[in-house]
Amino acid sequence: MSNDYRPMWESLGLDLESHDQLLKAIPQAFGGVYMQQKNRPAEMEYFDFVVSEIHGLRIQELQEHKSRGGKVVGAFCIFVPEEIVRAAGGICVGLCSGAEIGTAQAEKVLPRNICPLIKSFMGFKLGHVCPYFESCDMVVGETTCDGKKKAFEILNDYIPVHMMETPQMKREKDKVLWRSEVRDFVTEMQQFTGNQVTYDSLQRAIIDVNGKRKVLARLAELRKNIPAPISGKDSLLIEQIAMYDDVDRFTEQTTKLCDELEKRTRAGLGVQEPGALRIIVSGTPMAVPNWKVPHIIESSGAVIVAEELCTGLRYFENTVDEDGSDLEQQVDALAKRYLDIDCACFTPNDARTDKLVKLAEEYQADGIIHCSLAFCDPYLVEANRVEKVLKEHNIPLLRIETDYGQEDSGQLKTRVEAFFEMLAAKKA
Amino acid sequence: MITVGIDVGSITTKAVLLTDTTWQSLLLPTGCSPRESGKSVFEQILNRAGLSPADVNYVVGTGYGRISLPFIDKAITEITCHARGAHHLVNGTDMVVDIGGQDSKVILIDEQGSVMNFAMNDKCAAGTGRFLQVMAAVLGADVSELADLARGAESVQISSMCTVFAESEVVSLLAQGVPKERIIAGIHRSVASRVASMAERLGRGERLTFTGGVARNDGVREFLSRELGQEITVAPEPQLAGALGAALLARDRCKQTLVTLDEIH
Ligand code: SF4
Ligand code: SF4
Repeated sequence: MSNDYRPMWESLGLDLESHDQLLKAIPQAFGGVYMQQKNRPAEMEYFDFVVSEIHGLRIQELQEHKSRGGKVVGAFCIFVPEEIVRAAGGICVGLCSGAEIGTAQAEKVLPRNICPLIKSFMGFKLGHVCPYFESCDMVVGETTCDGKKKAFEILNDYIPVHMMETPQMKREKDKVLWRSEVRDFVTEMQQFTGNQVTYDSLQRAIIDVNGKRKVLARLAELRKNIPAPISGKDSLLIEQIAMYDDVDRFTEQTTKLCDELEKRTRAGLGVQEPGALRIIVSGTPMAVPNWKVPHIIESSGAVIVAEELCTGLRYFENTVDEDGSDLEQQVDALAKRYLDIDCACFTPNDARTDKLVKLAEEYQADGIIHCSLAFCDPYLVEANRVEKVLKEHNIPLLRIETDYGQEDSGQLKTRVEAFFEMLAAKKA
Repeated sequence: MITVGIDVGSITTKAVLLTDTTWQSLLLPTGCSPRESGKSVFEQILNRAGLSPADVNYVVGTGYGRISLPFIDKAITEITCHARGAHHLVNGTDMVVDIGGQDSKVILIDEQGSVMNFAMNDKCAAGTGRFLQVMAAVLGADVSELADLARGAESVQISSMCTVFAESEVVSLLAQGVPKERIIAGIHRSVASRVASMAERLGRGERLTFTGGVARNDGVREFLSRELGQEITVAPEPQLAGALGAALLARDRCKQTLVTLDEIH
């Protein structure tokens, strides 16, 4: 990092010692996982730059926003409608929680056997290591999975948390509930920021965030080409950055990247040989810097062509209807778009398994790797449904359960490679 | 044509040297350096056969130490190798159960010995040779004696799957005065039931073949066939299935290359 951000970090109350450790770990991990890749698109430069400034430039922007009286709102789930935060003049950041840091602190308030993502966000907060978290004026929680739902009660001791009740099913009465939750969120944001959410401000926010989703969808579309013009690791990085970067700048940079990928595609250029195995990953979110499984997959010769993840398709696959003629209709449109997310916290969740079958066909995938964080009941249990449906459609599946530690890398590599050997033999 | 398969496992390193008509094998303890043991097993098996590396057409490495072998032509996972090895050793095999030092796996294979599907334990040691080793140490026995010690005994229930908890369970069973042989039988059953549930999940085969070091323990084998309700054949030389599979795959690859070369000429 070029500038000296230490005074800023200090003023944020970061634990500088632990923060130094974290900041040292990221470029190392990033260098090993990202910079060794062959045939990277030139326009990845921007995203590499964002990573190199991960706790610098963007944090500075957030601070400037705050000094102008703006609010920063953190979220841990893609159910939180960022458009509403924007319409109220706030900035919404997705908090990553992809590293094992502050575990000892987190275990003071949480059980040992809990999803690493939950443990990580608690550790980040209690350990004061994440400048994004420390920049947040509030956090928006949801009632998706039990672990998170209850952890937000604890988190509320350290930072104000607004809870949204996400339903467990998608019946008409659930939709009614969710619409009222979204409506309440508008009121909450107005009170919290002191700014009115108007038809115009919400319309602007909807169009902006739709723009971001559309460019991500364009990127996804380009990956259907054979050979794939960009690696899965790079795509994942872009999807991760989408959650906290400035929306307009992100959209602009990703558009440039897509333009480059289009040229590549026309020239028949790809990141791997045309014969490389094409894999879809599906499961729990992969937050920065959790690139473990994608790295194992792509360093074993395959290319990931889509992520059916929250840091992936689930984040951008539908847009919000832009035709609402008053605030009421806009809010309904938002509620609809968000409730279309196929998260395993819902029952039934056939839409997800059906989608996987469709994706496998559209992306000409050779197999699917279902990757769940340890102790995540919704996804680990739903893996059974996924397995059943994919089997019916003859789509090969590998199931993985893992956490943020590296000690199972060798084991995972064996399983992934064996899966690829099997797929290659089938293909031959 | 001469090919070699090297299987660097967590406990033992195995080599198989395959000629057109016969095969021979060699085993060494892996010790702390998989790279070294892989190298020395290769050298020793060649020496014994009076061959030099130049006489060998193709070498395939497998096992967890496969990536640390600089002299191999190709690394192939133990799953693919065990499938091929078991297919060769026991005619008509359609499902392989392999229990090694730190991994256990169940593999469904087709008539050519190719993998159709597989399941493997995650990082937990339950259902692996490691589990047996830890328990043997608590009981003051050697792993190789376990089967004999437990012969004919009725098993006691070991309910913890986790090695650490199972260890303290065994300690307290001993303190209660439960006979050793019953505890050992319980340990065998624990390993078997863990692996059996993997097999159930994968969808059962007709002809099951048991490979890996733990296949030599007939206590585990008995419980396994009881749990699955079907016969299970222990492969001859079960420990060598991986290395043999590697040598056979080396031969397949070599033939393929020859064919493509022929096509070019
Ligand atoms: S997996 Fe479900 S609960 Fe978790 S971030 Fe995604 S949508 Fe939210
Ligand atoms: S990964 Fe699973 S357990 Fe963890 S927060 Fe998401 S839904 Fe909850």
